[in-house]
Amino acid sequence: MKDLQSLTFIIARAQADYARCIDDDRLEQWPDFFVEDCLYKITTADSKRDGLEAGLVFANTRAMLRDRISALREANIYEKQAYRHVLGMPCVLEENAGGARSETAFLVVRIMRDGKSDLFTTGRYLDHYEIRNEQALLKERIVVCDSSRIDTLLAIPL
Amino acid sequence: MTDAINESAATSAPGPWPDTLTRVPFWAFQREDVYAAEQARVFRGAAWHYLCLEADIPEPGDYRTTFLGDAPVIVARDSDGSINAFENRCAHRGALICLDDKGKAKKDFTCVYHAWTYNLKGDLTGVAFQKGVKGKGGMAPDFRLSDHGPRKLRVSRLHGLVFGTFSDETPELEVYLGEEITSRIARVLKDRKPVVIGRYTQALPNNWKLYVENVKDSYHASILHLFFTTFELNRLSQKGAIIVDESGGHHVSYSAIDRKAQTSNTDYAQQNIRSDSQYKLADPTMLQGFDEFGDDVTLQILTVFPTFVLQQIQNAIAIRQVIPRSPSETDLNWIILGYENDTPEQRLVRLKQANLVGPAGFISMEDGCVGGFVQRGIAGAHDKQSVVQMGGETAQSSESRVTEASIRGFWKAWRGLMGY
Repeated sequence: MKDLQSLTFIIARAQADYARCIDDDRLEQWPDFFVEDCLYKITTADSKRDGLEAGLVFANTRAMLRDRISALREANIYEKQAYRHVLGMPCVLEENAGGARSETAFLVVRIMRDGKSDLFTTGRYLDHYEIRNEQALLKERIVVCDSSRIDTLLAIPL
Repeated sequence: MTDAINESAATSAPGPWPDTLTRVPFWAFQREDVYAAEQARVFRGAAWHYLCLEADIPEPGDYRTTFLGDAPVIVARDSDGSINAFENRCAHRGALICLDDKGKAKKDFTCVYHAWTYNLKGDLTGVAFQKGVKGKGGMAPDFRLSDHGPRKLRVSRLHGLVFGTFSDETPELEVYLGEEITSRIARVLKDRKPVVIGRYTQALPNNWKLYVENVKDSYHASILHLFFTTFELNRLSQKGAIIVDESGGHHVSYSAIDRKAQTSNTDYAQQNIRSDSQYKLADPTMLQGFDEFGDDVTLQILTVFPTFVLQQIQNAIAIRQVIPRSPSETDLNWIILGYENDTPEQRLVRLKQANLVGPAGFISMEDGCVGGFVQRGIAGAHDKQSVVQMGGETAQSSESRVTEASIRGFWKAWRGLMGY
């Protein structure tokens, strides 16, 4: 068992790296924040409340996360854009064998090609981390967007 | 009154409409007066619009709110099992009657403003202080509840879908759809119990008709959407066709596995189309579906004029409801479906294939922005026209999907209602 302070720090550091990775457009490295046998979903607060299983993005292997990125790089057409993630302090909900569950608020600004910057989405990460050697890897990340309205498209992961 | 204003404001097109289905003036996507006329003639005119699924309101007292064009609408199931739809507008001073997206066990709706009350059929049943207080105030003695109420819609159900129309002139739903379209809806929904497994809204930065054009456009699919083509979900050289109904307004585009022919890559290579890459999936399980229709049809995109889409892309089944918000803003409501008797394995396939659609969809992502590209592209060109000439000049069914026939069909039906 770790003390709450160090656990919070380990998770916060992993999340800071995660956000920087996406915002710096190093998307090829993004799947490395997950274990191989992971679950990543983007859904909405309404869908979560109503128990609707299908969200906006679903991946139950790290390979599917890699496919997301190769599709963005090779296949999908979208205007140049970038995100700026601002994360809240992780709230550790539960420590369990080899890991921990946490919840973290986020806010994402989307910066478009023409400089237009909009509050793209807000929400919370519901995470299950595996913690080994002071490193936190995501076993599960459920991205719960507060709003069910998505402007135009959701290309880059959250 | 609003109708009267709209009707008189635009009895004719604001500019000359070319005498052909192959040209569409760009002002049709831009003008406020066209948008207002559409509200009266298309959205409150002689057309059926998707409201909800029967499965959304299975029990008496269940209701949902939605929109028919700009107009807010309540759809409710009454104690006798009937489904009623009426404007979400109090007959008193016009406030919304219902402020929730959905609910259960409703006995009646009461406007929060002055507590005017409506039953589940939309009849006005009570007015607060109608007789006044202590003999003073109140409504005039000749005030009759039955003289007042929100406008009611005609409602028709088909294979679990609920449609509504404000107009008495709209033909019966099955006549409106015709046999061919009806049978293609039946193919996906008849005798099955759909369950909603996902729901979200994509806010599109464009006129609603640009999205409808996009859905009807089978020509772009294999060009804009590399993801689709590379994995042979939709090669134009697959077996397939476009069906355009007689009115022009409804269409079906489908493709099926062609077990006789080998897909030829040469046509694509020669056109210098991006679609011919060597891209491979690290986890191909997403595309490993199951044969749920027994007809080798891997894709069926169906539209009902003007705003309803039923999609089958492999095992990804969805309804898309198009709701205009302004001349340059549209809400696209996605309703992702499974079926009650899905096995856990089948449900997992649907969850994986849901990645193909929606704002983050491997396929649909581009459709969310391409309408905006047009809306922005035409900003200085209201007096210019788009060219919709691929595959001829008519709006007829075609074995080739290298055609814009169903887009021409849409404009044919739209012009019919608009009087342009």
